[in-house]
Amino acid sequence: MKANLIGRAGDVARLDIPLFLDAVPAGFPSPASDYKERTLDLNELCVKNPAATYFVRAQGDSMIEAGIFPGDVLVVDRSLEARHGDVVIAEFNGELTVKRLELKPEVRLVPMNRRHAPVPVPEGAELEIFGVVTTVIHSLRKP
Amino acid sequence: MRRFALVDCNNFYCSCERLFRPDLKRVPVVVLSNNDGCIVARSPEARALGIGMGVPLFKVRETVRRHNVRVFSSNYALYGDISARVMQTLERFSPDLEIYSIDEAFLDLSGVASPVAYGQEIRATVRRHVGVPVSVGIAPTKTLAKLANYAAKRFAETGGVVDLSAPHKQRRLLAITPVGEVWGVGRRIAASLQKLGVTTALDLARMEPRRIRRRFSVVLERTVRELNGESCIGLEAMPAAKKQIVCSRSFGEKLTGYAEVRQAVCEFAARTAEKLRREELLARMVHLFIRTSPFDGSGPGYSNAATGTLPCPSADSRAILALVTRLFDDIWKDGCRYAKAGVMLGDLCSPDQVQPDLFTAGDDQDRSDRLMRAIDAINHSGRGKIWFGGQRPQTDWFMRRAHLSPAYTTRWECIPEVC
Repeated sequence: MKANLIGRAGDVARLDIPLFLDAVPAGFPSPASDYKERTLDLNELCVKNPAATYFVRAQGDSMIEAGIFPGDVLVVDRSLEARHGDVVIAEFNGELTVKRLELKPEVRLVPMNRRHAPVPVPEGAELEIFGVVTTVIHSLRKP
Repeated sequence: MRRFALVDCNNFYCSCERLFRPDLKRVPVVVLSNNDGCIVARSPEARALGIGMGVPLFKVRETVRRHNVRVFSSNYALYGDISARVMQTLERFSPDLEIYSIDEAFLDLSGVASPVAYGQEIRATVRRHVGVPVSVGIAPTKTLAKLANYAAKRFAETGGVVDLSAPHKQRRLLAITPVGEVWGVGRRIAASLQKLGVTTALDLARMEPRRIRRRFSVVLERTVRELNGESCIGLEAMPAAKKQIVCSRSFGEKLTGYAEVRQAVCEFAARTAEKLRREELLARMVHLFIRTSPFDGSGPGYSNAATGTLPCPSADSRAILALVTRLFDDIWKDGCRYAKAGVMLGDLCSPDQVQPDLFTAGDDQDRSDRLMRAIDAINHSGRGKIWFGGQRPQTDWFMRRAHLSPAYTTRWECIPEVC
């Protein structure tokens, strides 16, 4: 088979060769040239287990002493086991509520606002913990 | 020994509706199909009231009213998100996982020492992390795992986990299971089997596989082998490539105007194009149909379809929309009360199978890709929408969704509020 040249292709695409600003000492690579940074991701800070993380919005003033204000977004992790003193989302009396969980000396849901009284959880009452609040997103500039 | 688990969410749609609504616990809940037509999910309480699966809502209206059954429209934004969470949670239990449907997955558990304990751990973890209950069926074949799951759901004393590794347990369950409950046995096949005197799953398991192949199919022969513990169906690590992509809906109310129906058709076309890009595929064939309802006596009946071919395989909404509108003009007929329309894309291929032709420059392809990516990104960001002139997507006007719950997990303005 014979091949004929029918024309020449245009300019070959330019190959960009990276220019390293660090001087590269012969023999031993600069440790600095390995430093690569990427942008910070807030999820990394606030969401440890995405499949188990839900967002809810706080209403009312019962948690203002915990720094939770009406309209704030709460990051809720369901995979965490609720411990004494955790701020939790609890299912109580057919509603979702955000309170501080106390397990000792007795089980109580405690509002973080002196003007509200703690809610005792009587023995045998149904209290289910929806999840543990890990982060509060409080926007300082209201829309 | 080969060992599969089928993890299946219990009353998945109802469980999703209950997730942020503790007040719905232990009360009857049902979820309706697209367009609020039929009941597609029932909580155990609704089932106990005798509300059947697939029943149109109007037929049980009296029961719904008397027992205060809570009724929901399908909220696929919510179900899809919860489904993804369940699957992601299951991945930690086995590297080999096949997502079988929105609420079921097969896991390869070969080599797990104590399957029942492992099954319980799966169950507890999904319940804890995601918040929906699941049942686990474990067995040496996928068909038996399906059956084990059926038992786990049906019999409360199993604690939601059934292990059918032992042959005597398989036999015991097969004997009390109607043949129609076996995976892969449809209603028609079940009826013909019953004529042969095959009424239980055990009867089917005892059939001669070759006879089954001759009389029915290779597929059913495989089912028989699987019922006897011989694994014939492996995990499909990669789901089969899609053969076609469809978007088709019934209109909430009958449409008569050219402009209205055209808008609906364009909307379906844009949706299919978007789905196509999500699958990273290209289409060559475009099919469009429109029709009136066969039950609508108040106008002329009409049904028509048209198929066209794109000049070269594409996932560009512009190309697909242009073809669909041409097809639409070919089949449009005035004076009909249209009830349904749909767009199907077929002859799909992946971009690397495409031979660029002489007249399309690579630049065009690149520009098209970038434009479509930008449109999809904006439309998925939740901050705004872009659509083509022919579409009118701002409302779900073609769908009745009177009982829709909020998109609790996918829209900031819909996240649940707590006091």
